[in-house]
Amino acid sequence: MSAAGPSQGANSTPLGGSAAAKPRARGEYATAQATAHSVVEASARSKWISGTIVAAYALLTITPLLWIFLTSFKTPTDSIAYPPKVISEPSFEGYCNLFTIRSRQAPEYMATLPPATTYCDKIARERDVVIAGPSKTPGRLMNSLIIGFGSTFLAVFLGTLAAYAFSRFNVRLKDDLMFFILSTRFMPPIAVAIPVYLMYRQVGMTDTHLGMILLYTAVNVSLAVWLLKGFIDEIPREYEEAALVDGYTRLQAFVRTVLPQAATGIAATAVFCLIFAWNEYAFAVLLTSGVAQTMPPFIPFIIGEGGQDWPAVAAGTTLFIIPIVCFTVLLRKHLLRGITFGAVRK
Amino acid sequence: MATNIDMINAVPIPPIGEASTGRLGGMSDRAIAWLFITPTIVLLLAINIFPLLWTIYMSFTNFKANMGWVKYRSVGVDNYVDILTDTDIWTAMQTTAHFVFWSILFEVLLGFGLALLINRKFRGHSLWTTVILLPMMLSPAVVGNFWTFLFQPQIGLFNYIVGWVGGVDPGSFQMIGDVKLAPWTIVLVDTWMWTPYVMLICLAGLRSIPDSIYEAAEVDRASAWRRFWSITLPMVMPFLMLAVLFRGIENFKMFDMVNLLTNGGPGSLTETVSITLKRAAFEKWQTGWSSALAIILFLTVFGAANIYVKVLNKVKQR
Repeated sequence: MSAAGPSQGANSTPLGGSAAAKPRARGEYATAQATAHSVVEASARSKWISGTIVAAYALLTITPLLWIFLTSFKTPTDSIAYPPKVISEPSFEGYCNLFTIRSRQAPEYMATLPPATTYCDKIARERDVVIAGPSKTPGRLMNSLIIGFGSTFLAVFLGTLAAYAFSRFNVRLKDDLMFFILSTRFMPPIAVAIPVYLMYRQVGMTDTHLGMILLYTAVNVSLAVWLLKGFIDEIPREYEEAALVDGYTRLQAFVRTVLPQAATGIAATAVFCLIFAWNEYAFAVLLTSGVAQTMPPFIPFIIGEGGQDWPAVAAGTTLFIIPIVCFTVLLRKHLLRGITFGAVRK
Repeated sequence: MATNIDMINAVPIPPIGEASTGRLGGMSDRAIAWLFITPTIVLLLAINIFPLLWTIYMSFTNFKANMGWVKYRSVGVDNYVDILTDTDIWTAMQTTAHFVFWSILFEVLLGFGLALLINRKFRGHSLWTTVILLPMMLSPAVVGNFWTFLFQPQIGLFNYIVGWVGGVDPGSFQMIGDVKLAPWTIVLVDTWMWTPYVMLICLAGLRSIPDSIYEAAEVDRASAWRRFWSITLPMVMPFLMLAVLFRGIENFKMFDMVNLLTNGGPGSLTETVSITLKRAAFEKWQTGWSSALAIILFLTVFGAANIYVKVLNKVKQR
């Protein structure tokens, strides 16, 4: 579909050809050519019907997410009300409970305390508890960020180098190596976790940031190599050849012409890696317990007094999901590539 | 652009032709290729292949990781024989097969249907597409966790809506705790989460069909039904295969969503093979036995992955 083959005219002004390297969606000119009667262009009536069905499905599919979002702003009582309350008095109790731990105190002791100052304090007092300190949530969020960004950086760095080599050079056993790299992605996580657990125990890397970063890098690097190879394949070789003719070494040509051209692809790849690391659960739950625990294994264990504190769980889930929603919207043009390892480009 | 670089790079320019064979920084292409590829391969060997070899070794022993000081010994292929004749494993395999088959069937029907509708390019189709895509980007673990809230009897939103639509008491059925419903619960959540995946790939397939083929069919007066069966379906098929294979592999080894949604329960009714593996490896600590199971799983997945990559390369040529 995307014809990024060599074009003869590129010499000292290589930027002129960049538009040709960009794949163009088929729909763009299909709409332009549409006539009143066409098999290609749907009729207004059928468009209206399709639109209604798709919109209905979209609303249905988004309902669980909206419900979690709404629940995060409910009081614990409202969150488990029957019938379920769609509209309720907005409350930030879930968020307060997510970030604090509270303890029940004797009324005599409560009476001696100075008046509550912050919003969370006031809510706690109404429930006859006092805030005893911050919860583990900020630490877990921080772990998610450190491990996510650390592994993303490493995976994209290694992936870019390998992808460039696979894209430009005649590497021996190229297809076998590429398959080997991809096949590691298909390993069942639990199957990998057993020996990795033993290995990390030997070298003292269980429940460490470094251990998790290396593990996630290994999983992500396969995606990074395949995705980035697709992106780099699309950059005409003439850019580098021109640079080589101008007297640059291969490395200089790579750094100064290929990297800037691949910037969008590298960014998209990085977001995919970040989302994977952010979402990963199986390794995290089996190989971490405290120091390096990330959010996914932590969220289910946000428990309040007397059972699951649903507003707090919903608050944690909401905070956890919001970055992904933003990235999905940003990434939507590249999603297809990401989920097919760069094979389908639209 | 090139002239810009010239100004930045004011070092003496080596003669053309020797640029790729100079000193440091001007290594041969071959050296660069290996320099660039080796770190990735080394990392994968260390984190994936070395552990894999270790797993193979352990699968022939009766090692227990929580009792590392106990001397373990080789048991030959006993673990493998044990697993392949274990009725619990075959039950777990059936549970997994049920889950994989039905979730993929629903995802294909819904996903392909939605793709056909979205391909009519009605107004606002890209906005709705983005909304529909959201679930597949989420963490399966977090998804499994918040669906337990929606499936709460009486107070859960899902039970309430089903009760309201179906006219039954929302407290009268439990999606997670019920023997009949629990296997369908994981299918339902998986379908909710991964339909967009199949949809997106089918949409790409639909968009890869040149308009001229449909126009030619119109000239030949092919009916809409005929056009669908003779043009649309065969042309989308490789893409659909891609989606089905990938989902098949992923669902076969599905762990996180099921673990948090039902944790294999009630009893071991929704215990997929990955859950069995986790229980054996990290709860019963039968490291040797579970290593053998891991190898069996890996071989299955590896075989499927091989086919997947073939389809992937086929689609790539389109």
